[in-house]
Amino acid sequence: MPPSHLSHWGLLITGDPLIYGADASIALASIAIVYVLTKYKKWKWLWDEWLTTVDHKKIGIMYLIAAILMLFRAGTDAELMRTQLALPNLHFLGPEHYDQIFTTHGTVMLLFMAMPFIFALMNIAVPLQIGARDVAFPYLNAISFWLFFFAAMLINISFVIGGSPDAGWTSYAPLAGSTFDPGPGENFYLMALEITGIGSIGTGINFLATILKMRAPGMSLMKMPLFTWSIVATSILIVYAFPALTVVLALLLIDRVAGAHFFTITAGGNPMMYINMFWIWGHPEVYILILPAFGVFSEIVSTFSRKTIFGYKSMVFSLLLISLISYFVWAHHFFTMGADASVNSFFAIASMLVGIPTGVKIFNWLFTMFRGRIRMKMPMLWTIAFIPCFTMGGMTGVMLAAAPADYQYHNSYFLVAHFHQVLIGGTLFGMLAAMYYWWPKVFGFLLDERWAKWAFWMFNIGFYVCFEPQYVLGLMGMQRRMYTYPSGLGWTDLNFISTIGAFIMGLGFIFLVWDIIYSIRYGERDLTGDPWDGRTLEWSLPSPAPHYNFAVIPHVTQLDHWWELKQQGRQDELRPKASEMRPIHMPKNSGKPFLLGLAFFVVGVGFVFEWYALAVIGFLGVGALLLARSFEAHPDYHIPVDEVVHTETALGRL
Amino acid sequence: MKGKQQTRRLLTYAGVGAVATVMLSGCGAQYQVLDPAGPVGQQELNLIVASVVLMLIVIIPVIAILVYVVYRYRDKPGNTAPYDPHFSDSKVLEVIWWGIPIIIVAILGTETVRTTFQLTKPPSNATPITVEVTSLDWKWLFQYPDGHVATVNYAYIPVGVPVNFVLTSDAPMNSFWVPRLGGQEYTMPGMAMTLWLQAAQPGVYYGHGANFTGRGFSHTTFYVTAVPMDKYHQWIAHVQQTAPALTQTDYRQLSVPSVIGNETFSSYPTGSFENTVLQDGGKYMAESMQMMSKLHPAAGSSTMPSGMTMPSTTPTHKTGHKKHN
Repeated sequence: MPPSHLSHWGLLITGDPLIYGADASIALASIAIVYVLTKYKKWKWLWDEWLTTVDHKKIGIMYLIAAILMLFRAGTDAELMRTQLALPNLHFLGPEHYDQIFTTHGTVMLLFMAMPFIFALMNIAVPLQIGARDVAFPYLNAISFWLFFFAAMLINISFVIGGSPDAGWTSYAPLAGSTFDPGPGENFYLMALEITGIGSIGTGINFLATILKMRAPGMSLMKMPLFTWSIVATSILIVYAFPALTVVLALLLIDRVAGAHFFTITAGGNPMMYINMFWIWGHPEVYILILPAFGVFSEIVSTFSRKTIFGYKSMVFSLLLISLISYFVWAHHFFTMGADASVNSFFAIASMLVGIPTGVKIFNWLFTMFRGRIRMKMPMLWTIAFIPCFTMGGMTGVMLAAAPADYQYHNSYFLVAHFHQVLIGGTLFGMLAAMYYWWPKVFGFLLDERWAKWAFWMFNIGFYVCFEPQYVLGLMGMQRRMYTYPSGLGWTDLNFISTIGAFIMGLGFIFLVWDIIYSIRYGERDLTGDPWDGRTLEWSLPSPAPHYNFAVIPHVTQLDHWWELKQQGRQDELRPKASEMRPIHMPKNSGKPFLLGLAFFVVGVGFVFEWYALAVIGFLGVGALLLARSFEAHPDYHIPVDEVVHTETALGRL
Repeated sequence: MKGKQQTRRLLTYAGVGAVATVMLSGCGAQYQVLDPAGPVGQQELNLIVASVVLMLIVIIPVIAILVYVVYRYRDKPGNTAPYDPHFSDSKVLEVIWWGIPIIIVAILGTETVRTTFQLTKPPSNATPITVEVTSLDWKWLFQYPDGHVATVNYAYIPVGVPVNFVLTSDAPMNSFWVPRLGGQEYTMPGMAMTLWLQAAQPGVYYGHGANFTGRGFSHTTFYVTAVPMDKYHQWIAHVQQTAPALTQTDYRQLSVPSVIGNETFSSYPTGSFENTVLQDGGKYMAESMQMMSKLHPAAGSSTMPSGMTMPSTTPTHKTGHKKHN
């Protein structure tokens, strides 16, 4: 039972040892953080350098750290689930607990791990790739981050205070309505997604404006790096898809807390409308998650094969085509809802069509490598691992798109295996490849290859051992979201194997984190700013880049401008000259985005527990902060030329 | 036409071979989806096989090219393979990899549409029977309008006859799935939806709720027993004589969330299925139902397309709408 029977004061008393363990670890971690910050007098540093920053590079770093932490959190959920399913009839987790864990696993992985990972890369790479000094709206960028951050806090405290959501990451009405799911758990889900969703819309608008308006002179759209193109497509998807989520979650929240009936059919509402609206966001969301990875692979394949990307125009066209088609496929998530055969046929064919531009991209990557010189560095290894993994995921995707076949796969482990194969093999492999690729640019040192290879092999082997058996389990009739299963159906062996795979992946994650810790101390320092012999503008800068990025904005004349200059021995053209320097216009730091996030958090807690006084206080805070900002006369400043000259000289660039 | 059939058969054989290779252990009854026991599951399997074969046309070259290219063009001192840093455009190649997937999607799309429409019709010409299915928290109620009997968590059906499962839910949405007979369809409150299945041979077939419904979801198992027609009638007669009646009190008891075993009832209150649908919101759906039946004049006849149907127009409900609260 969700702990609805508890009074609000009893929210912490659950009687579950796992939750007490979580309570204790959260308390200990908090005490440790406070202790370290106080002992080393780092509070001011934390506030000045990080909490108030509007620098896209630092915001990128914060997103990256959050994404890795959330990967750990939701990965732990996964290990708990696989432990429970290792053998039939286990009682390691009860159904209530298991239901909460699979719900938070999916929700956190998608919205609080994959999304921030993507936002990290966008922040880290896009302004540098297009020769800009920051994003179009740096203040909004900080707001987006803090909304995400506090939303992540909200969903994470649910586990220890009040109970986590337990109706699945899709949270279908009527199961997620207040009749069948009373208590604060489901409200945590709704408020957390609502808050982070607003942040995501901000990010989409921000990067669309940045890329369209702030490219270096000469960089026409068709001379943009493909990663930046993928972010154009992603941002368009975000801007048009996320509002649907915001609306549908708001309606469900109103149903739950105010007793409305948008989705309660017994009073004339329509739960099918929830499912439609959810997936009208949900399917474009899948492409929001994969397109940036496609952009990353395009950069990496070209760089590490020392070759121009094959079929650039085709690559751009296919990105845009995928984002267009992705709006016409949402009903394939519910072929089994009894829609008319012509409706199912339309969505089946539209879904298959997505495979065409995706397949084209795969072939273009293969032929970029063809007649190249392939260097097996970590980013390239993850890219090469991606191709077969994602291709197989794509194959099962087309199989699922065949509507009548889907009647047999739907809600089974076949589906579970499919979306893990595309989301891990596609998105996560892409994010990790990008992490190794841009890490030296961000931090000024490379991640050690030896430990990274351990992480790579463990994670890859673990992946296949974990998920390939799940396809077969699906064909054997095993449904998703079962907390346990009987022994007579032949499911035991494959489940056991799958659990072993999950633990191998867990080992891979430990190696990955160890690699980062090891490399902070021992990793090779990047003194050139161009450790991979890169092709795009970010590699013409020192690592890490100065906070204004470009002392002088470069003039771009071609695709892979930096690479082509290097080939012709003209790389000095991108070194700044003191005579060309002008004072640099920059945004000031501000504490308001952080406080705005906090105010939204208060609103969130207010709605979760239906303490409306608290929600009102939060809203007042939001309003006050917006008002204060609009009266700010000078949110910007200029860096004098002397200071720029000084910085560039110190970097050895003058 | 004969050539087309032959091609299809060849494709099927090739596909079965491929799937079997992938599975290594071959297809046994445990691989329920791959071992259909009726025409609906068989058609779905055919489509699965066709999709696997068609996709392998792309997958195998991709993996082969990847292995070749990565090996041949690795950056190693003394590698004599050609290096051509500006080879980045080829109209011929682009046409090939835009063209082949388009053809594949055209073929698979055609097969998909054909099967989708076919599955909305009864799988054979034999006179169909109807079973009304209500998903409850966390159990399945089956009502047999023919014999006016009811069962919980197990069903009996005759072999070789199309069975029109009319699905609804008196709890959160679930999904009715008997893998060896065929694919699933959602059970939703306030709606009556049809799913045609047919057993080709006698047997006991595993079924389960496929859409998450909360705590007891893992225990929403049921079994469908297919028996020859004469045995089916004998079973109904036997139930009518031996089992207790399902009263309204019993039904209220059933709809309380719980996990229970099998139950059998010799009768149920007349019109109870329709009333469940109407009370759970069906009354609000009437308008869209009428719209549907105008769009699809066939709705209401026994060959109605899949989808939502007005409960009172389903062929077997000759009974009135008596309230039973």
